[in-house]
Amino acid sequence: MIDILLIGLSWALILAGGFFTIVGAIGLVRMPDVYTRMHAASVTDTLGAGLLLLGFMLQAGPSLVLLKLVFLFVLFFFVSPVATHAVANAALHYGIKPQLAEDRRGRLDADTREPAAIEEELRIEAAQ
Amino acid sequence: MRLISLALALFLFWLALSGHYTPMLMAAGAVSAVVCVLAAVRMGIADPEGHPVHLLGRFVTYFPWILREIAKSAWAVTKIIIDPALPISPTMTRVRASQKTSLGIVTYANSITLTPGTITTGVKGDVLTVHAVVREGALDLESGGMDARVTRFEGRV
Repeated sequence: MIDILLIGLSWALILAGGFFTIVGAIGLVRMPDVYTRMHAASVTDTLGAGLLLLGFMLQAGPSLVLLKLVFLFVLFFFVSPVATHAVANAALHYGIKPQLAEDRRGRLDADTREPAAIEEELRIEAAQ
Repeated sequence: MRLISLALALFLFWLALSGHYTPMLMAAGAVSAVVCVLAAVRMGIADPEGHPVHLLGRFVTYFPWILREIAKSAWAVTKIIIDPALPISPTMTRVRASQKTSLGIVTYANSITLTPGTITTGVKGDVLTVHAVVREGALDLESGGMDARVTRFEGRV
């Protein structure tokens, strides 16, 4: 009885994971630019991969395989944000401008000048 | 203490991946764990940042919280994607991180990126630049709920 429940639950999780993976792929096509596409991709590597792995864990049962699936989950948890950040940062550095509805990056400008920028300003003031 | 816990963690990881439990191989695993710790000490990475075992206790409550946030925002992005009108309003903003350590700021930046719909695109000092797929996501971060949660996770330093 428990077996049937576990198998059923694992199938439900695997199907749900598959659903979110496909949604992420659809979003990848529909979104307009690099940055918004990355948001779609992150649905795939969080809920998509997460639910798939959870479903696999239930299939594996208590074993070393289960433990290795847990390691995979942890790996995703720590590596995927780092990779996403690297791609976004690289795209900005390369000069790809995000299509924005609103740019609120100026909201902290007044009090967050870099020490180097402040030094530069002081040097200009001193020269005048 | 930290070195012992690092060696223990490495050895358990080795055991789990190898699946061999003969005395000879287990001794080899123990020796490699110790060698790794020595190498980490020499490289100067066996510190609270490289092996943040002191956060383990609070991680137990932070992990379920961040998982729930991830699930909630992944569902929100899913609804945007399957909406025929594709109601996006991409917004970039800057938020201040209130964490004291670089480990805490990295935790906050990664938590933002992990939740679908918001990506940290840059970090300068304690100011994070964030790209959000909808305006509400950016405003939500500006209100500082997640920042406070991560600071609580970081604990007193």
